[in-house]
Amino acid sequence: MTAIDWSAERARAIIESHRSLRGALLPMLHALQEEFGYVDQAAVPLLAAALNLSQAEIHGVISFYHEFRQSRSGRHVVKVCVAEACQARGSDTLVEHLKRKLGLDLGQTGSDGAFTLEAVYCLGNCALGPSALVDDRLLGRLSPARLDGALA
Amino acid sequence: MSKPVTLYVPCDAAALSVGADTVAAAIAAEAEARRLPVQIIRNGSRGMLWLEPLVEVVTNQGRVAYGPVTPDQVAELFDAGFLDGQPHPLGHGLTEEIFYFKHQQRLTFARCGLTDPLSVADYRAHGGFAGLERALALSPAEIVAEVTQSGLRGRGGAGFPTGIKWNTVLNASAAEKFVCCNADEGDSGTFADRMIIEGDPFLLIEGMTIAALAVGARQGYVYLRSEYPHAVATLREAIRRAYEQDWLGTNIHGSGHDFHLEVRMGAGSYVCGEETAMLESLEGKRGMVRAKPPIPALQGLFGQPTIVNNVLTLTSVPVVLAKGAAFYRDFGAGRSHGTQPFQLAGNIQRGGLVELAFGVSLHDLIYRYGGGTASGRPLRAVQVGGPLGAYVPESMLSLSADYESMAEAGAMLGHGGIVVFDDSVRMARMARFAMDFCAVESCGKCTPCRIGSTRGREVLDKIVAGIDVADNMALLDDLCTVMADGSLCAMGGLTPLPVQSAIRHFPEDFA
Repeated sequence: MTAIDWSAERARAIIESHRSLRGALLPMLHALQEEFGYVDQAAVPLLAAALNLSQAEIHGVISFYHEFRQSRSGRHVVKVCVAEACQARGSDTLVEHLKRKLGLDLGQTGSDGAFTLEAVYCLGNCALGPSALVDDRLLGRLSPARLDGALA
Repeated sequence: MSKPVTLYVPCDAAALSVGADTVAAAIAAEAEARRLPVQIIRNGSRGMLWLEPLVEVVTNQGRVAYGPVTPDQVAELFDAGFLDGQPHPLGHGLTEEIFYFKHQQRLTFARCGLTDPLSVADYRAHGGFAGLERALALSPAEIVAEVTQSGLRGRGGAGFPTGIKWNTVLNASAAEKFVCCNADEGDSGTFADRMIIEGDPFLLIEGMTIAALAVGARQGYVYLRSEYPHAVATLREAIRRAYEQDWLGTNIHGSGHDFHLEVRMGAGSYVCGEETAMLESLEGKRGMVRAKPPIPALQGLFGQPTIVNNVLTLTSVPVVLAKGAAFYRDFGAGRSHGTQPFQLAGNIQRGGLVELAFGVSLHDLIYRYGGGTASGRPLRAVQVGGPLGAYVPESMLSLSADYESMAEAGAMLGHGGIVVFDDSVRMARMARFAMDFCAVESCGKCTPCRIGSTRGREVLDKIVAGIDVADNMALLDDLCTVMADGSLCAMGGLTPLPVQSAIRHFPEDFA
């Protein structure tokens, strides 16, 4: 992850560059998260002002979607698939292995900031499971050993 | 220098997930070291995913397949003479003679894996834009009539006749209309939308443009899930190139028609695959389901008449226009016309995409194509149609895979995903998972779904723990009835389907 530190000035520029879009809030939130790694609380009033919405409405949208993070993620984000097709191929074992190895529960970020571990429902790789998305890299046919190799 | 040998190594996300990039790099490096000229084309996937990374070598006889290839096997492939299509333990002969591939009826996926997905020239050379060219010469009503007569129904799961939906939008008068593609393919066990977007993105652009012509829309959106970063990147690039070559934008190829297309990324919400939640999300709001009526065809995106179709519906439209309604209609069974890209997933030996006319049996799909379980253990259950689909036992696999037969058997075809489980599966756990999933993903608008799913999870926990099993089973049954009858959309309305089918077919797991 190449996220940079929060900057209100940079956030304003990002919001401004998406203002001409119709239904601009999701594209803005994606762009903010892409830049900073999460959507900072301080972005809420900026978004509300730009879109003429209440801060409550903005917060409602951010908190509705699993994808939007409200605090900084780890340097690497591991999203492991826990949906049915991967379960049929033994994703439970993989999840247990990951929890032990990273010392994290699903949805947690380590105190050293190295990893965030998240559950995801389906990555569209259902014939080659179990699968995980490590940052933006999709990995299939995962065994604990193969996953360790990818995280090393 | 001799003429370079052409090789194909897929750039599909599934192939990449098992090392296609490193295989392509290893082939390039090995060829360089041996001073053998090669040209490597990154194609879409042929859909034989168990063979990925599947490397194809172009020979005089045709494309010869090798797979699954790992980087450390590349040198021995060169030693064996694979550039001349010579045999090797990883070899499968001509790609198009492989049983799995040869015995498919590929209409929608006809080009997927054959071409460079981002080459407009390649797309054109393989019949691309023929449907749009014909549509440009027709009136909107004639396009709608062609789609209606083809018998095409919504491939997202509901199976609603596409022509009727389009006709409603066509006849609605409004200053502005929209075409929205639902590419929020959240069902576990499905990947056809992703594959076609990554393997033949211009097909979706063509289908959406035809839809726009048919109803007089000038703006389209593809709502694509954020879990598919490769598909997002591929489609955005394809759209950029389509604009560049005048297949999108104002006055498309001098026709006087405008169509603008944009990709909008979802944000990890399953319920946004429900069409009205998707529209809310596109408008920049929480993905809360809307009550119907009004239907989106009359009041959809920003309150305007809107076509909302699944990726597979829209990508089936070009062939309908190019080859005519009668050609398409002749495929299928009963009232299910055309073909369905079935997706074989989970614990299956030969997972992948099999496009066939409706009416093939689940048994044929799972055994003749899929080769049974990957673990080699006995098959116990199959979930058809995603997380809201029924669990089907081995004894029911003779079922015909079409909309009506599945519905009659208390199951559904959904988006065509088939997830196989072996005998290690615990069905009470899967039933609990279905309730849990609904609790996590419910939009929260209606009570049966929001509260019912949480209560369902609790009741199933008690059943699994052996607490008052008979009473709790009765309670669960009652709860399922309330959810099925009282929920606003399919999220809460269909969650009882996996739960109750598991109880019906595998009662021993709930005792």
